[in-house]
Amino acid sequence: MSDPILSIRGLRKTYGTGVDALKSVDLDIRRGEIFALLGPNGAGKTTLINIVCGIVTPSSGEVLVDGRNWQSNYRYARERIGLVPQELTTEAFESVWNTVSFSRGLFGRPRNNAYIEDILKRLSLFDKCNSEMRFLSGGMKRRAMIAKALSHEPAILFLDEPTAGVDVELRRDMWDLVRKLRADGTTIILTTHYIEEAEEMADRVGVISKGELIAVDEKHDLMAKMGKKTLDIVLAEPLASVPPELSEWNVELGDNGHQLTYQFDSHAERTGIASLMRRLSDLGITYKDLSTHQSSLEEIFVELVHGGSK
Amino acid sequence: MNGHGIAAIYRFEMARWKRTLWQSLITPVITTALYFVVFGSALGSRMSTMDGVSFAAFIVPGLTLLSVFMQSIFNASFGIYFPKFTGTIYELLSAPISSFEAVLAYVGAAVTKSVILALVTIATATIFVPVHINHPIAMILFLVGISAGFCLFGFAIGVWAQNFEQLQIIPMLIITPLTFLGGAFYSVKALHDPFRTITLFNPIVHVISGFRWSFYSVADVPVWSSVLVTLAIIAGCMAVIAWMFRTGYRLKQ
Repeated sequence: MSDPILSIRGLRKTYGTGVDALKSVDLDIRRGEIFALLGPNGAGKTTLINIVCGIVTPSSGEVLVDGRNWQSNYRYARERIGLVPQELTTEAFESVWNTVSFSRGLFGRPRNNAYIEDILKRLSLFDKCNSEMRFLSGGMKRRAMIAKALSHEPAILFLDEPTAGVDVELRRDMWDLVRKLRADGTTIILTTHYIEEAEEMADRVGVISKGELIAVDEKHDLMAKMGKKTLDIVLAEPLASVPPELSEWNVELGDNGHQLTYQFDSHAERTGIASLMRRLSDLGITYKDLSTHQSSLEEIFVELVHGGSK
Repeated sequence: MNGHGIAAIYRFEMARWKRTLWQSLITPVITTALYFVVFGSALGSRMSTMDGVSFAAFIVPGLTLLSVFMQSIFNASFGIYFPKFTGTIYELLSAPISSFEAVLAYVGAAVTKSVILALVTIATATIFVPVHINHPIAMILFLVGISAGFCLFGFAIGVWAQNFEQLQIIPMLIITPLTFLGGAFYSVKALHDPFRTITLFNPIVHVISGFRWSFYSVADVPVWSSVLVTLAIIAGCMAVIAWMFRTGYRLKQ
């Protein structure tokens, strides 16, 4: 990969409690992509983000932002990064306008009311710009935090669980916003529990478990490589057991003998479907329905995270 | 230098102060004014002079500083503790601002508040007692230096504190008694040994003495000693805060 906007090398973090939150993570983020980092609770997603943003000190390892070390060039690195944290932590008594303006100044940018107004309008918050943060709903607070993170026009935006606790309509609005930001050239790294979210938006997906990055790939490639396709054959008459003549297809009998399931690689030259159907015919096994099923990203995620323990 | 960042924090802190003006300015001024009324106007006429200054006027610098100590510590400690408590500290830690710049902004705002409080308190005192300021420039320099020292001290407490009780303990249990025993109401010269010698180990004696000298040209300790102690408080607190930021003590995991 040429010219990554963010390079993470050998990043480790062991907390004072002895917990190994990250175990030598290597990751490159491409300029302008949407990267989804998936992982169960406690996998190390937030620790990874917090180290890159300067909130947590790593035990070892290095982060390069646009090719520059993020600690020795902390001003350069941090000016380019915006963070929307997982928790809704806001200054309760500040107005939306003031808190967003504060963030812009804090990150070294001169006052630009037109830009703040534009962000608030894009996030449907402009009519609340004089409201104190404490009077906003959870969804509005989340949008205000996104506005704060965008206030200094960052090239890289971290969204840590951006749609946690927001309703379906707002989630769709946020997805649209993220796509628009990407279209404007912002690189987006998001963590999420909603696999659907990653499936909907991400260009690439990384799966982190117990502090280790166990998979990183293009979303479609990951789904193609890891995703399994199954053929379900609903039988006209139930079978007591799988006939030995079908052993080479490794089919499974289910639904009290009413269904045969065959797992195949849809990208292989020979899927084995045609020969299976011929063998069923030869054996006089009749069926009344056929259907295929593709693994979702969620099923792949579960397989990756829990596969080893099964 | 992140000038916009410093200005943003400074404005934010001053806005917070304006929102709580009753608590942070008006209440301490009224409380201190009551001291002037009771100890100055009501009882002062029955008491002898201190170093040739009427008792009512003598206590003005010490009482003003008592208020400055408390508000400096509370304002600066709350300024950094509250973001830690609410979690908004993430923004400061992830911003392109150095620890020096952050301290400059937080402490600068806290010093501004303390100086305003002191000037309003002194102006209020003039209503009740005759106050003279013989060395106005020295008075302002002492006021800014003392405020800076105690604001830095408060900032360090704010980083150190892990709950609201810890935030209150040091100013209430250490600073207030040291101020009352540090010559706020009397001249240390009036004490007999060994209490006089022991009292001189209290840094607040030197601070109050210098500030009082700027008013009436009378002091318990040499002025250079007051200047040195004030500078030592500033330097000591800056060193502690620099260590806190360098190690991430109670700021970063």
